[in-house]
Amino acid sequence: MSAWLIAANKHRATRILDAEVISPTVKTFTFKDKLCAKAKPGQFLMLWIPGVDEIPLSIYDVNREKGLISVAVKRVGEATKALHDMKTGDWIGVRGPFGNGFTFKGGKALLVGGGVGIAPLTFLAKELAVQKISRTVVVVGAKTGKELIFLDKLKRLCGEKNVLAATEDGSYGVKGLASTLTESVMTKEKFDAVYTCGPEPMTRVVLDCAERFGVYAEASLERIMRCAIGICGSCTIGGYRVCRDGPIFNINQLKSVKNEFGVWKRDFNGRRIPI
Amino acid sequence: MNSERLKVELAGLSLVSPTMLASGILGYSAETLKNVAENGAGAVVTKSVGLKPRSGYANPTVVHVACGLINAVGLPNPGIDEFTRDIKEAKAVLKVPLVASVYGFSAEEYMVVAEKAVEAGADAIELNVSCPHVKETGAEIGQNPNVLAEVVRKVKGAVDKPVFVKLSPNVADISEIAEAAVKAGADAITAINTVKAMAIDIETTRPILSNKRGGLSGPAIKPIAVRCVYDIYERVRVPIIGCGGVTSWQDAVEFMLAGASAVQIGTAVALKGPSIFRSVVRGIDAYLRKKGFRSVKEIVGLAHRS
Repeated sequence: MSAWLIAANKHRATRILDAEVISPTVKTFTFKDKLCAKAKPGQFLMLWIPGVDEIPLSIYDVNREKGLISVAVKRVGEATKALHDMKTGDWIGVRGPFGNGFTFKGGKALLVGGGVGIAPLTFLAKELAVQKISRTVVVVGAKTGKELIFLDKLKRLCGEKNVLAATEDGSYGVKGLASTLTESVMTKEKFDAVYTCGPEPMTRVVLDCAERFGVYAEASLERIMRCAIGICGSCTIGGYRVCRDGPIFNINQLKSVKNEFGVWKRDFNGRRIPI
Repeated sequence: MNSERLKVELAGLSLVSPTMLASGILGYSAETLKNVAENGAGAVVTKSVGLKPRSGYANPTVVHVACGLINAVGLPNPGIDEFTRDIKEAKAVLKVPLVASVYGFSAEEYMVVAEKAVEAGADAIELNVSCPHVKETGAEIGQNPNVLAEVVRKVKGAVDKPVFVKLSPNVADISEIAEAAVKAGADAITAINTVKAMAIDIETTRPILSNKRGGLSGPAIKPIAVRCVYDIYERVRVPIIGCGGVTSWQDAVEFMLAGASAVQIGTAVALKGPSIFRSVVRGIDAYLRKKGFRSVKEIVGLAHRS
């Protein structure tokens, strides 16, 4: 019965302590939550916007001493718009942290983030810097230069030269897709692990690329989330539950669901929709 | 775990163990159902499916409270026409019976959906007449013996597979409802669905669930469910499937002593994962051996003799 005392699963109310504009569509929100502040990179939380919705968000940063946690939120729909409109002092609800987190492999790491997907990888880069691994290279992709986020922080953590950017309109860095840039980076240098988060067509290409080069890789996946504790089945991919068995999946797990990964997912009503 | 002691016949279905996956839990895809079956479940029940697609409610749809969960997910499902694909895929990989949970907004709808589910390969139908949080398909049907009987008759007349009826505890006398279902032709009774409940956040002073009200599941409702099974066992002669807060083999045994021929497990999957089935099945087997029972059937309703 003690499992019913798992505190992470329970809803906690907390106030927004800081809201910062990062790009025209992304804001970070910081709040106090001792449990989430213990999170590992790659884990996520459920954030309740009272009266509107509750959404899964990956964790962008924590301050373990102060019990603070930050999430990066892109304005994409009704819930995220409502959250963007909230101010310091407003109440939100939190559950989590949930999920497994990235696995540290040591050696040289390559991080590939698309859009707001760079957020959990920025948290990972911070942890990798603490672990003093030999080298971390980051590939960041976005549609335009204005939407490239956390570049300065990543450069601070990984070294100026180790942060490479790709934009679809060519307004910053290399013109093209992050996945294409990743391929050329991997052709030139051998890494021990690749970590990726972003739109699934991108992560799929990155994983395929890692497989070709024989490099261990992990991707963070996103599916419709409801319970976040592994019972509702909304977030399944193959036999896995993204909320409990993920959201981070390794290259072998993803190979076993290659007919779904990057191909289709379930909608709110459980119908299969193409990705 | 493959023990003769654990085998049960349930309204014509052969189960390798007296455990089933409860409806609403992980029940979309073939792979997850297969995973549950491989962990020892004797049968699996799909998520409830209706005639048309439904998106369910906005989050929060699940709240964790002391000793249980309150949910108001709102019956999200792709509609039976799309879901037949999931049923077929599940049937292709499952070695245990597949029970399709069906809901409807009229007797006619229940019938059409049940027919299509059986056509796609479902081995049995479980009528969800007890969802506590969707209007016109839960309480309105499961709390009214006459309306319920009409639904059961229609479905029974249309399908040649066993029909289970899952009842709500949110009634004055559950055994009366069970009797009405059995008289109309129900082959088994599943008891119970969730108990109407609510949680309010004291800082924002708002109900947490977007639907405000939901249904409580988990250990908190087990004693209520055991009593319901005990009451129903006194009234009807068809098998009863106990459901509500089964978290351990001891819980399963308790339900069976009250009169359940099998138990369904749902909420506990959140805590222990699909391997919960393995530990419950092993525990029941060890209990039977220790107590000198040759079959799990011998303990069904045993508490009524004392």
